[in-house]
Amino acid sequence: MLAILRDLLKYNVEFRIGIVLVGCVVVMAALSFVSPYSPIDVYVAAPDVPPSAAHWFGTTSRGQDVFWQLTFALRNTLLFGVVVALLSRVISLVVGLLAGYKGGWVDRVLMSFNDTFIIIPLFPILILFYFVLRDSMSWVLLAVIMACLGWAYDARLIRSVAMSLKTREFTQTSLFSGMTTREILTREHLPYVMPIVFSTTMNNMNWSIGLEVTLSVLGFTDINTPTIGGMIYWANQHTAIVAGVWWWIAFPVIFIVMAFVGLYLLAVSMNEYIDPRSRLARMGGAG
Amino acid sequence: MRGYLAYFAKRFGQFALVVFIGVNLAYVITHATPIDPVEQSIAVVTSFGNTAPEAIEHMRRSLQELYGLKGTPWEQYVTFWSRILRGDFGPSLSAFPTPVAALIARALPWTAGLLIVSTLITWVLGNLLGGLAGYYQKNRSLKLMGVVAMALHPVPYYIVALALLVAFGFLWPILPIGGGSAMNVPQGWNWPFVSSVVTHSILPALSLILLGLGSWFLGMRSLVSNVVTEDYVIYAEVAGVDSRRILGSYVMRNALVPQVTGLAMSLGGIFNGAVITEKVFGYPGLGSLLVDAVYAGDYGLVLGVTTVSILGVSVCVLVIDLLYPLLDPRVQVT
Repeated sequence: MLAILRDLLKYNVEFRIGIVLVGCVVVMAALSFVSPYSPIDVYVAAPDVPPSAAHWFGTTSRGQDVFWQLTFALRNTLLFGVVVALLSRVISLVVGLLAGYKGGWVDRVLMSFNDTFIIIPLFPILILFYFVLRDSMSWVLLAVIMACLGWAYDARLIRSVAMSLKTREFTQTSLFSGMTTREILTREHLPYVMPIVFSTTMNNMNWSIGLEVTLSVLGFTDINTPTIGGMIYWANQHTAIVAGVWWWIAFPVIFIVMAFVGLYLLAVSMNEYIDPRSRLARMGGAG
Repeated sequence: MRGYLAYFAKRFGQFALVVFIGVNLAYVITHATPIDPVEQSIAVVTSFGNTAPEAIEHMRRSLQELYGLKGTPWEQYVTFWSRILRGDFGPSLSAFPTPVAALIARALPWTAGLLIVSTLITWVLGNLLGGLAGYYQKNRSLKLMGVVAMALHPVPYYIVALALLVAFGFLWPILPIGGGSAMNVPQGWNWPFVSSVVTHSILPALSLILLGLGSWFLGMRSLVSNVVTEDYVIYAEVAGVDSRRILGSYVMRNALVPQVTGLAMSLGGIFNGAVITEKVFGYPGLGSLLVDAVYAGDYGLVLGVTTVSILGVSVCVLVIDLLYPLLDPRVQVT
């Protein structure tokens, strides 16, 4: 594990940039624990103050310090991405490993459902959920709903790896030594798909955070939990751009873009590392 | 021939499954939740002033009838399907008495036009540039394009749309930032209207294109850089085939096959992006209609737009699937 990390840091510039970007965002989110303000309090500072020594990122029209508000927003937004990614990993692992190993009609049925969830436009479905749930749409519920909808693409990737694992000799050996399907999948196949699970986790976080930002910008989530989208929502409610309070929108946007690009670069570099052809090309080229 | 038939049957089956699951999802979400859309609509209407209790009771009964919420769950389910098959979602509450179907019919051409044109431009341009970048790997400007694509690709649609809005609406106001056409131009097939539609659609289309380009570019680049190491490409090079012909007929053509499947797979996501882009630019399509319907608490309209979006995206996927054998003749034998 450490050796992989060392190789990635040494040979992969995308990984280095990604680590730095995600690191900045995580440090920022961690600062929320030492914040002098509570995230839901308003009018704790003078409103509409431009960035200064006292308020690094300025203050909002609601009298909140943008810097400290941003730390809470990043923490909630990142946590949301992690929760959705972990929950949806469970579904995509079960579906992907089972479909790849079983093959035949099990594979066909599972993949038909899988493709259905890839094709259906999920945003209108999420809006429909918000429309009927309204105020009962909590942060946790949204995470569960998105995890149930967002597993399909990664299940397909896991399946393709599982299909090739099935033809390997050790699968036959485990089968003949009397292991059940569950044991083969969890003990033998799971370790081999872990690299691709890691890289899809990053992409899935990007997907879920992107949708969450979009939903909260429109006001379709619990707007009292501070998130990046929620911050932009309140800024739009106070017409921040027209009023010249640009720092209220600019800083959340800068940090969320850093998070997106960072996570994406981590996913890309891990993918490249998984594929031995591109890994060797890069290591040979650099060394 | 039998191969084609089996392929088409499979694709139609998938299409039917998508529509079935999508419509059932919409049914379950709207019917199995504790919140009653009828009560919500009544709350919207009565919040504007005092209404007599008899009138509310009357409204409750007619809304239940209107939304097909009368009778047993099974009867409701049958009503739900028959309404969708007839394309009848009842009158819109926020634009009463205009039928929901009429509102959707008015918005659909805008969304379809914006989406089809920008998706085609994105796909063709992204694959072309990505193919060139994979084939001419030493080219500096193509390499730079890869870096830009990588930085832009993961950003969500809303952020890019907002950035374009600020850039061309406030900092350098040269393009219209709201609406589908100029207010003072009557709609019709004449030059002033068409040109105003085109200038109004530049920014929404640009944000869709900028974001979509990256994934096709990066995907095609890695596909092509794998294909060029295949034996038949080396053979063609050794045999002295013109390099443009190798790129066009041997490398790109083979690398395009997974990209067509990719297009079918990503249409849902592109539609998600279009919804928010339309809202940001006030474009009069399905996305704006959907978001405004939620704000107005218009149950029939929300349900109608959701259903039509699911149907529309799955029809487009079916069309791509049916065109696929033209590109990949191997379908015939599988």
